[in-house]
Amino acid sequence: MINATTTMESVSYLDHKGKYKGIFAWIFATDHKRIALLYLYAISTFFVIGAILGLLMRLELISPGQTIMTAQTYNGIFTVHGIMMIFMVVIPGLSAIFGNFFLPILIGAKDVAFPRLNLFSWYIFITGSILAVLSQFLRSGPPDTGWTFYAPYSTATGTNVIFATTAAFVLGFSSILTGLNFIVTIHRMRAPKMKFFSMPLFPWSIYATAWIQVLATPIIAITLLMLIAERLFKIGFFDPAYGGDPILFQHMFWIYSHPAVYIMILPAMGVITEIIPTFCQRKVYGYKAIAMSSLAIAGVGYLVWGHHMFTSGMSETARWVFSLLTFIVAIPSAVKVFNWLATMYKGSIDLKPPLLYALSFIFLFSIGGLTGLVLGSLATNIQVHDTSFVVAHFHYIVFGGMGFGFFAALHYWFPKIYGRMYNFRRANIAWGILFVGFNLLYFPLFIIGMQGMPRRYYDYLPQFQTGHVISTIGGIILIIGLFLMIRNLVLGARKGAKAPANPWNGSTLEWQIVSPPPQENFDEDPLIKNNPYDYE
Amino acid sequence: MENELIHKEETRDDTAAKLGMWIFIFTELLLFGGLFIVYSVFRTQYSREFHQAALELNVTIGAFNTIVLLISSMTIAMALTALQKNNKKLSLRLIGITILMAFVFLVNKYFEWGAKFHHGIYPGSELMMKFEHGHLLYFSLYFFMTGLHALHIIAGMVLLSVIFFRIKKGIIHSEKYVFLENGALYWHLVDLIWIFLFPLLYLIT
Repeated sequence: MINATTTMESVSYLDHKGKYKGIFAWIFATDHKRIALLYLYAISTFFVIGAILGLLMRLELISPGQTIMTAQTYNGIFTVHGIMMIFMVVIPGLSAIFGNFFLPILIGAKDVAFPRLNLFSWYIFITGSILAVLSQFLRSGPPDTGWTFYAPYSTATGTNVIFATTAAFVLGFSSILTGLNFIVTIHRMRAPKMKFFSMPLFPWSIYATAWIQVLATPIIAITLLMLIAERLFKIGFFDPAYGGDPILFQHMFWIYSHPAVYIMILPAMGVITEIIPTFCQRKVYGYKAIAMSSLAIAGVGYLVWGHHMFTSGMSETARWVFSLLTFIVAIPSAVKVFNWLATMYKGSIDLKPPLLYALSFIFLFSIGGLTGLVLGSLATNIQVHDTSFVVAHFHYIVFGGMGFGFFAALHYWFPKIYGRMYNFRRANIAWGILFVGFNLLYFPLFIIGMQGMPRRYYDYLPQFQTGHVISTIGGIILIIGLFLMIRNLVLGARKGAKAPANPWNGSTLEWQIVSPPPQENFDEDPLIKNNPYDYE
Repeated sequence: MENELIHKEETRDDTAAKLGMWIFIFTELLLFGGLFIVYSVFRTQYSREFHQAALELNVTIGAFNTIVLLISSMTIAMALTALQKNNKKLSLRLIGITILMAFVFLVNKYFEWGAKFHHGIYPGSELMMKFEHGHLLYFSLYFFMTGLHALHIIAGMVLLSVIFFRIKKGIIHSEKYVFLENGALYWHLVDLIWIFLFPLLYLIT
């Protein structure tokens, strides 16, 4: 439409010639789109490594006793898998990649508020990641504490805990700066006519996420510093031998790490909220309810950390209060699910790959969310605490939710990012394999967890073997699906057909500009609508 | 090149820069907030030992340092006003005094810590390991909190030095002073945290 004339003249951000050449044009780039791709490549690499580590764990668990590795290696692998996946993949994941790329475009801005700080955040991220990787290879061996670094074991074990915690500290710093950048961007960089309530809902979810990043991360930072000081100088805060309190560490840890779950899932919910109206060609149902539920999740999510510690030793009152709050935080999530379904009602549904991923997000996230209530109520928690039920639950949320949300975003915005299209048939096949593999991998863990299979155990009773075998087969299928998906996307980026400006007939701002976007996003001032989703 | 300059001028947004700084300051407060939680937990648990241990700190040195930091906060605020009124020389002099005050604070801290070290009180020392639990935790908190605060003082000094040279070179001037303003905000934060640490560690016994 309006782009017909500008297409010829504008230079895309991929071909833009700046001060630097070759790889330097990327690693010195302050353009938010290039930084987003830097994050994309780094995070995808870590994701694949983390997934392979996960598969190794699954292979070990295919039969009781030692199968392919020693117990200590297993401890190291589940810790590394956790640290990489949590701190290097899912926490930065959606907000650093798609937030960076699309937040400015969706609010009609040319870049984020602090472009150089944005690049600096990426360097901090890479520094933290290098430290995390180093912690695996240095002399005293990979940390074996689990990603939660629970004291007092973490203050006593001889492995590289200091490196791993420093890595998490540095990564947290990157997360804070990214959040800060996005908050200021949303407050100050919106196009003149773009009001808060005419923003699309992805920026809303990024906004809520950014506040959690800013308000929660300092707590983990100071906690990790205390842990490091504990190991270096024996300050005694978490060591009962000196009067300290290990439970205090758990509190401090979860004050951050529970909100961190919402740092992971909120942007994914934002992506789903973009995809569903586009592929149903319907105005989103309950715009304000969805926007506000993001803020509600961010707010209440702060106050529920105690549900990780129901068996650790807390007063009866604290336990029921945390349980009640846990149930309350489920409400805004459910508001979103019902609004998505209501948006689809009477829509003209077009089952393209992004929507397939979005729908499987809703399915998997609902299972994860409802099993979260089993964990959130006090009586049932005692039965399933620290069993593979918990493992299944948070993988349904983190991988089924955030992971599938990530794949959905990748397939949805792919033509905009690269200006090329991937193959739909192969994308659908990869999706099917991923979806089947995922459920085979994690659903059996719910069942054997109920029956009493503890999490993080290296060995188990023979009665759990059937569940573990099915799960491992699921894991192999999942990895195959993953590689098919990546292969399809790489092929698409390199050789795919040229994508038009608006392949999905979307109504938000990113579809009004050419694919891939020009260096400064908008060659002319974008047309801002009151409601970003006006399909009727 | 000239185009680029004009472009930069167009996109300059001082309010955004200040908003960013305020949010950053908030994260710093939360960082220390974590320590205040730990402090209050142990204070409740070991109130008797905390009472005795706090008596071992020298209130005079602490009070002197408090006054030093309060004055430095004033001088940096004056430096900003001076620059806004286009008095570059006075502004530079006031920033110099601020950095000097920070240095005085650190020297004081050095002697205070040094005396404690001399008596064998430092984290992980043999003597401290023999302390009563509350006593040990009090001094761990003392070293951790004042140590982290001293790191912030050093960071503030580096920041103010950068600002000093930028004003000298004319990069920061009476029309464009948001960098100095942010630096001053940061310095007030460092001061503010000390205002909390001083009573928590020295005055409440």
